[in-house]
Amino acid sequence: MVLAALFVLIGRSASGLTPPGDSFARVSPGAGFWLLVFAFALLVTDALTRLRLPPWARIGILMAIAGAVALLLWSGSWNDLSTLKEYGTRERAFWAEARNHLVLAFGSVAAATIAGVPLGLVCYKIKPVRAAVLNVLNIVQTIPSIALFGLLIAPLAWVAANLPGASALGISGIGAAPAMVALFAYSLLPIVSNTVVGLLSVSPAAVDAARGMGMTGRQRLLVVELPLAFPVILTGIRIVLVQNIGLATIAALIGGGGFGVFVFQGIGQTAMDLVLLGAVPTVVLAFAAAVVLDALVEMTSRGGRRP
Amino acid sequence: MIEIDNITKRYDGVAVVDGVTLRIEPCTICVIVGTSGSGKTTLMRMINKLVEPSSGRIRIDGQDIAGIPAFQLRRRIGYAIQGHGLFPHRTVGQNIATVPKLLGWDKDQTAARVDELLSLFQLDPAQFRNRMPHELSGGQQQRVGVARALAAKPNILLMDEPYGALDPVIRAKAQQDLLAIQRRFGTTIVLVTHDMEEAIHLGTTIAVMDKGRLLQCATPAQIIANPATPFVAELIGTSERPFRMLSLSRVADHVEPGEAAGEPIDASASLRDAYGELLWSGRPALPVRLDGRIVGQVTLEGLSRLAARPQ
Ligand SMILES: Nc1ncnc2c1ncn2[C@@H]1O[C@H](COP(=O)(O)OP(=O)(O)O)[C@@H](O)[C@H]1O
Ligand SMILES: [Mg+2]
Repeated sequence: MVLAALFVLIGRSASGLTPPGDSFARVSPGAGFWLLVFAFALLVTDALTRLRLPPWARIGILMAIAGAVALLLWSGSWNDLSTLKEYGTRERAFWAEARNHLVLAFGSVAAATIAGVPLGLVCYKIKPVRAAVLNVLNIVQTIPSIALFGLLIAPLAWVAANLPGASALGISGIGAAPAMVALFAYSLLPIVSNTVVGLLSVSPAAVDAARGMGMTGRQRLLVVELPLAFPVILTGIRIVLVQNIGLATIAALIGGGGFGVFVFQGIGQTAMDLVLLGAVPTVVLAFAAAVVLDALVEMTSRGGRRP
Repeated sequence: MIEIDNITKRYDGVAVVDGVTLRIEPCTICVIVGTSGSGKTTLMRMINKLVEPSSGRIRIDGQDIAGIPAFQLRRRIGYAIQGHGLFPHRTVGQNIATVPKLLGWDKDQTAARVDELLSLFQLDPAQFRNRMPHELSGGQQQRVGVARALAAKPNILLMDEPYGALDPVIRAKAQQDLLAIQRRFGTTIVLVTHDMEEAIHLGTTIAVMDKGRLLQCATPAQIIANPATPFVAELIGTSERPFRMLSLSRVADHVEPGEAAGEPIDASASLRDAYGELLWSGRPALPVRLDGRIVGQVTLEGLSRLAARPQ
């Protein structure tokens, strides 16, 4: 409640303080505001966790909050806030970068899922492969993100220059391609290892019974092993989705686009409002993805695990 | 009929099952008993090809199973294991319908079979059909496990320590149910246990295993009376032998004429129960009741004779 009131009032005061007809002046909430928002957000999250709400209720609350914020934005009561003024002058760029950001984050996770789950399956079935693959992926995971983005510039530039058609597909040393590849590489370990762990945690008695009743290897996989491992695999996807939504901001450094563009522009010009224009949507997006996927994990694992 | 012919299974050169030859007659219960690690499970799992033998053959109704694809063979043979192995993410009904679905039964036929089996195991179909396995008690889970194994009306049912996890009261009830079902459907049952008491109670024949070898295969009475080796005798428990002997027969088969005083015993009780009651109440004889009528008596003297080693 307090939080909601605060949000409405902040818009009001900004309008009151802006000199009429002046489009360059910026009124921004001070550090105190952000601290307060942060503290209340923590309180609310804590309260929600304590309530142990059923998963669909948590998604519902998330939608309600999103709806309320959308209403505030749409009503224009925040329009005089500094960050939204920045938005006003960059409306088109904002949505283009939003699209880039989503494509980078979701695209890399989708690709990693499509590649990682089968790879995890192979690791599960063939033990020697398991150790090798997981070791390589562990090493990839320890490369700092900026270094990985940088490392990929050279090989991809080479590919673009030497493989006919590659550059036509948008592959080049800088831009979205290396960013995509780096995010994909980071996503692979959690997805592969969660697939392996999930499959290993399937009750051996259930697998034995499935074999003993005459299920073929394929049927066993589709009917017993994968469904029982699914919540754990989904947890892996949740981890990388939240991680990649954050990491995708760094893609801006190598021309990959995304909300990072505003963050780094803002840092360059020491314009805090511009940084926030990139940072706030990123945080909100990551938070929403976490809530939705956590709820999904809980829904799918209900009854599937032994208490 | 299951014919196991000189079968051997080696793991890393060590024979876990060693030259076992065994015939299991149709419509009987063969209990494989032995200490843990003696190769009982391995022997049983070779019957449905969960384990490939190193040498030897197994025939079912005269047909060598080596020539049957494993998954087809397994759909014809019921399989129930300790800890039930129910699929935790599927309902009781879906679990029971597993093999009928693999065999392509139509929906109505499968649903009817699921309800029939649930009723047979005293689980109300309307109440249990859509429950998840974790919402059942241990005894109920075990019953669903056996119901699932019987779903496609197999002629043969393999059970690996099915009652290991149950408490004594529920176990006795489950054993009673199994005997009733076996009589009703004429299923050939191969049951693995390490509990000699259970073997004597359930088995038409008992196969005793030790270190991969089959020591003796005979009826419970023969095994108790003439254990083939000291190990078999030890497994039966030397001091238990007379009581085990008595537990094999019913009061109804040994009624003597005469009238005794006091609380009667039911004709369907085992002689062991009658003997216990005689000792406990300090009477020389008990009246026997059959269908509510007193039909005679059992005497302490008569039972002592029956409990003695057969000559
Ligand atoms: N897959 C396997 N690989 C190696 N050794 C095995 C395997 N399965 C069983 N064994 C060994 O075979 C022996 C008999 O096992 P098992 O048939 O399970 O005995 P039981 O059921 O009588 O307890 C044990 O010593 C066990 O360690
Ligand atoms: Mg065993």
